[in-house]
Parts: sequence; C-alpha cells; structure tokens
Amino acid sequence: MTAEAEYAAVPINVAVNGINYDAVVEPRTLLVYFLREQLNLTGTHVGCDTSQCGACTVHLNGRAVKSCTVLAVQADGAEVKTVEGLADGDNFHPVQEGFREKHGLQCGYCTPGMIMTAVHLLETNPNPSDDEIKHALEGNLCRCTGYVNIVESIKWAAEKMRKG
Amino acid sequence: MFPASFAYVAARSVEEALELMVKHGEEGKLLAGGHSLIPAMKLRLQSPRTLIDLGTVPGLRGVRVDGDHLVIGALTVHTDVASSELVRKHLLGLADATSVIGDIQVRNRGTIGGSVAHADPAADLPVILTALNASFTVQSLSGSRSIAVDDFFTDFFTTAMNSDEILTEIHVPIPATGTGSAYAKLPHPASGYVVVSAGALIARQASGSCTAARVAIGGLGTGPLRAVATELELQGKPLTPQIIAAAAAKAAEETEPVEDSYAGVEYKCHVATVYARKAIEAAVERVKS
Repeated sequence: MTAEAEYAAVPINVAVNGINYDAVVEPRTLLVYFLREQLNLTGTHVGCDTSQCGACTVHLNGRAVKSCTVLAVQADGAEVKTVEGLADGDNFHPVQEGFREKHGLQCGYCTPGMIMTAVHLLETNPNPSDDEIKHALEGNLCRCTGYVNIVESIKWAAEKMRKG
Repeated sequence: MFPASFAYVAARSVEEALELMVKHGEEGKLLAGGHSLIPAMKLRLQSPRTLIDLGTVPGLRGVRVDGDHLVIGALTVHTDVASSELVRKHLLGLADATSVIGDIQVRNRGTIGGSVAHADPAADLPVILTALNASFTVQSLSGSRSIAVDDFFTDFFTTAMNSDEILTEIHVPIPATGTGSAYAKLPHPASGYVVVSAGALIARQASGSCTAARVAIGGLGTGPLRAVATELELQGKPLTPQIIAAAAAKAAEETEPVEDSYAGVEYKCHVATVYARKAIEAAVERVKS
C-alpha cells in the first residue's frame, strides 16, 4: 500500500456560519486550519497552538471549543460558527459592540476567541457576575493583559442583550 | 504544529471499534474527545498510524440511573457531567471535579472516559472517582467486565484495561441518605493541572458520628491514592473540626511524592493535608440531616 493511499483524505460535510460545505481533508488537518486555509475564514486565529490561549475558539454544535484541538474530520456533520458568523449584515452582535464601546481590545489578536467564548457564556448565563465572567474566560489569554476592559465589554453586552 | 500523518476511521459501533483495534494492533489508537491525545499527537509524543474515532459511536453519552448506581457513558463531556441533574442531586463531588477541569472550551470537548482511560497522574477525575468508589465497564470482543476503581489505576498513564478493551461506562454508587461528597484542588497556576487534590465521601449518622469515609488524594503518586490512615481516623468518631483536622493531618502518610519544578515533597505533603481537610469539611457540610 502506498503512503498516499494509506492516509487517504476523508470527505466531510460541515455547515459553517449557516453555509454547507462539502470538502476533502487530510485526517491530520486541524479544524482551525480547515477554516482559515480551505474556507478562507481568517477571523479565527492561531495563537499558542497548544490548547491554552483560546484565540482559535469557535462554536461546534453551539458550544465553545478550541479549534486547534479538534480535527476537521471530527466536525463532519456538525455546525460550526466563527466570529464571521456573528454579525447580522451590518449590525454587530452585542458582544462585538461591547468590545468596541468598552475598549475590550488592544492589539486585537485574542479578540475573536474572547468574543466567541463570551457569546457562549451569555447564551448559557444571560446575567453573569464578574467572577462568572472571569471563570468563563479562564481558557482565553490576552497577552496585552487587557482583561479589565474585556470583562466590562461582556457586562455591557449582557445588559444590552437582556434589554433586547 | 501538526500531528504526523495518520489514517482515520469513524467507528459506528463499539463492536466495529473493537474489531478495528484488533486489526490495527499497536499502530491504532482510540480517539474520544481528543483533549489529551490530539495535543500529544501535535507534540509528536504519540504518532499512531490509524485513529479509530469513538465520537461517531451512538449510545456512549449521557447519565442515567441503574438501580443504586449512576451510569455515565464514557463519551459524556465534562460540561454535561457537571450540569447533569442526577449528578448534582447525588454526586456533588463529581460536579465539583468536572467543573474545574481545564477551561470551559476543554470541558465542552473532553470526555469522562477519555480522561479515565488516559490516567494522567495530574488529572481530576481519577481522584474523585476513587473517593466515590466507582467501577468501570470495559468491553472486548469476548465480552465485558467490570473493574473496581481501586484496581484500575496501576501506574503513570496506565490502567488495568487490556489493549483490546474499550471503556464504555462509568458506574458510581448512589450514596445513601446521610452521605456527602466533595472535591478540592490546588491547580498549577499555569497549566491548571492538579498539584495536589482531594476527594471525600463521608457518611454521618444522625448522632453526628462518621459511619463511613473514603478519602482519595491526587498529586502524590502515580495515580490516585486512598488516604487509608485518614479514613480510619474518622471512622466512628464525631465529625468535629478538631477530629477532621487530626484525620486530614494523616492524608500524606506512607506516600512517596516526587519533587518537580513547581513543588517540593514537603510542600506537596503539607498541601495534601490541607486539601484533604477542605474536601472532608465540604463533604460533611453537604450531608443532609
């Protein structure tokens, strides 16, 4: 058996931000590289690449996950949402607005992951305390250390979402 | 970082996965949530030639009652264990532990069976499942068997499972009325892994004395250790703060922890007594009178 045949590429079907994609991936392809390099969705960032920093956070079937630690083949048949899928046309998601209003970013590299984790938090807990926000952000690192305004941004978004 | 190349097979049943394991032998590796295996593969610490995915096998997820046990499917992710109403009603110590593994993204993906089978000495689940006296159902092509937790974790990253077996269910006895459980952990500040942790299951009579105790400690050995001296010290005694502290002071007896770059032996042994006390106190606090 040749090496090529032994490690045969695998067909997958993934719905990303509501669009259905049929693709063929090498089994070792990580979800984050599938999103960035095959679908050109470069909003999701590769940070540490070791499951720690959370810059690559996306939603897989509605839950925040680190896409550097998921194989693209594991997303076969799943729904994925990335930061590109949050805004409704020209209208930002309240969490995106919150980061703008409260200066929740400095260099911006961690921001897509922070936002995806925050959206997941607010979907499960619409009125989190400061401690609950910090606990939820445990898996997202900001090397600018801008955490205070990130928490403020999420509180701003939570309030806006509660008011509808 | 990318894993070395491998072939991928999505198993559709436990039987199919077992057949694939026999077919691929040492070159095959089971994939559950992938939150220990994929990082290890990216670092090239593991380079299996074939990954056999259990994530595509139906029926391995969820929490249910079976007689006097809770049965947790091996592919149940930590978030779902922590938020299960059955777990929160009967096994608060397990809810404690599954709420502090890694971070929210890791808990959304990592599985109870994957963590148990991986047997990392710095993992949370082996410790609390030892305190809760769990047992593990493993299947092979020749049938299934149950392994008690005290016999399961045999060495660093090593369990009593054979290479042709798959862990399918975790069984945890539902504690009788008058029993409480808890888990307390000192995490490494950078990695979040266990430096030292303790799990406790304490039964208290209406009179206030201890009728049964199981206390497990993590971080001091190759896997979870029963704090037998602590358990004996509690047995039959009133659960006062003084007695709990005296019993917890014996939590590191007869252990041989290894010094690492973060913590020395003396420190680990001391912290074990502190976290044993925290876990026992929290378990006693939860006993419904």
